[in-house]
Amino acid sequence: MSIYSTRSNRLTGLYYLAPALAFVAAFTAWPLGQMLWVSLNSWSLITPPKFIGLNNFTKAFNDKQFWVSLGFTLKYTLLITPILMLGGYAIALLTVKNTPLRRFTRAVVFVPVVIGLGASSLLWYWLFSTDYGFVNRLLLDFGLIDKAVIWLGVDADRSNWAIIVSVVWKVLGFGMILFVAAIQAIPPEVSEAAMVDGASPWQRLTQVTLPLTLRTVLLVTLISVIGSLLAFDQFYIMTAGQPQNLTATSVFYVYLNSFPYLKLGYGAALSLILAVIILVFTIIQMLLTRRSHA
Amino acid sequence: MSADLAQSIDETAAGNGVLARLWRSRTKYLVGAACLFICVVMLAPLLASVLASVKSTAEAAAVPPTYVPQSWSLDSYLKLWVYQAGLPVYLLNSFGTAFMAIAFSLLLTVPAGYALARFPIPGKELLFVFLLLALIIPYQALLTPIFLMFAQLKLTNSLVGLAIIHTAIQLPFSLYIMRNAFEAVPIELEEAAVIDGCNSFQVLVRICLPSVVPAMITVALFAFITSWNEFLGALVMMNRQDSFTLPLILAAARTETSLGGTDWGMLQAGVTISVIPCVGIYLMLQKYYVSGLLAGAVK
Repeated sequence: MSIYSTRSNRLTGLYYLAPALAFVAAFTAWPLGQMLWVSLNSWSLITPPKFIGLNNFTKAFNDKQFWVSLGFTLKYTLLITPILMLGGYAIALLTVKNTPLRRFTRAVVFVPVVIGLGASSLLWYWLFSTDYGFVNRLLLDFGLIDKAVIWLGVDADRSNWAIIVSVVWKVLGFGMILFVAAIQAIPPEVSEAAMVDGASPWQRLTQVTLPLTLRTVLLVTLISVIGSLLAFDQFYIMTAGQPQNLTATSVFYVYLNSFPYLKLGYGAALSLILAVIILVFTIIQMLLTRRSHA
Repeated sequence: MSADLAQSIDETAAGNGVLARLWRSRTKYLVGAACLFICVVMLAPLLASVLASVKSTAEAAAVPPTYVPQSWSLDSYLKLWVYQAGLPVYLLNSFGTAFMAIAFSLLLTVPAGYALARFPIPGKELLFVFLLLALIIPYQALLTPIFLMFAQLKLTNSLVGLAIIHTAIQLPFSLYIMRNAFEAVPIELEEAAVIDGCNSFQVLVRICLPSVVPAMITVALFAFITSWNEFLGALVMMNRQDSFTLPLILAAARTETSLGGTDWGMLQAGVTISVIPCVGIYLMLQKYYVSGLLAGAVK
């Protein structure tokens, strides 16, 4: 029996919890309900809302730009996630031992994770700029290209790859640090036993290290997928959706509808669709996390 | 002969042969070279940005760009200092929002973490799930309704409003960290304090708080980084230029500067200034950063 298990403490506990409960009710739960309601209305802020049922959702289904944005976001996610996972894991393997040089390398790889995506996008917007950027300067100096390449805003695929490079630089350290922690958590006896049994480094990697860190790999993959599906800052800053909104991600399209266009009902409906897609991945993530507690 | 070969292979596998030693020392240098290469690639963009910010305006606009500054000047910083409403306004907006987000996060989650860890609240599990609601729905999807609510409450273009959004984004993480920290406090100390006549508030302040300071630092650290760096919420809520945060004014500056196009030197001066607090805090509080990340992401 703890000293806290008294009847009067049931109420005292609620007092302590009340501010947080009120905050979540006001700034998360209420907007969520509001979003569901607004998504069933036609509303442009200037005119009063008009109930139109599920029309916003059928409109989204027939909206070409909605599919272009969703498709582009998926493509971005599918391209960047394997690079982040493989790259992060490779650097984790390289730097997993605690020598000074390896520790230093880990700290350096992690530095871009703490800076803002806005700041890093502005940095790479400059590095990738056609005439003033170092990317073209380096490629020209090494003779890899003959004339300056227009990286951003003209060709959708080229813009996508440029942005992927910048985001990989920015978030590679996130996966790395979690992978290092997972690999270091493998009991030393297990790796030693594999060594004594004469397993080659490759066998140790594929049959000991990878299986024992698989849960972390899956979790980081999910976190990275969710983050990529919600990408906005880097596209807003580096391409502004150009050319012809071909690089406007899903969140970008929600933003365009809700704010510059002020189609609030439609924006809310698009938000809801996106939220449901994300929810699928979030649920998988939570199931994985819960399993680890059992 | 074949027996010799077999023996040498065995030795290699066991790690005693000359070849193996050679291979090991070579691996050492390869690893060192790879580490150095990675460090250079990761640091080069930041270094380039800092160097571009101290070039003269003319050199920052040179085609092709110079690798190492030929001329040194603080002109870019001076221009940024007076750009639009002036850098001090934007720094104040960013710092003000971030400190309010830290204050809100701690004021909400310290008592809530204490309550969740210790008190027999009816329906506690359910309330905890409700408090983690923000985990289920990305805040990007909620910005439209939040904007509508804030427009009525006059919280658009307000640092308080933006700090509320940043607090809401971080709330599940902050709450989780605080609850775990209170659970880890040995309850015997609190029992002794209660027997000595302390009420629960005195127990919280005098007994528990000193033990949960590391968790509070973690919460504050992540609240600061989130708020300082957050972009979309600020973009939606702030439409008066004098209420912009640092990332917003820089994003605006990328297209709006001078007739000749973007002022690259000034832009990189802005990037450098917005990176400094994050990197500085990270270097000072690396331990908290990594442990917070592990707790938040994997557990």
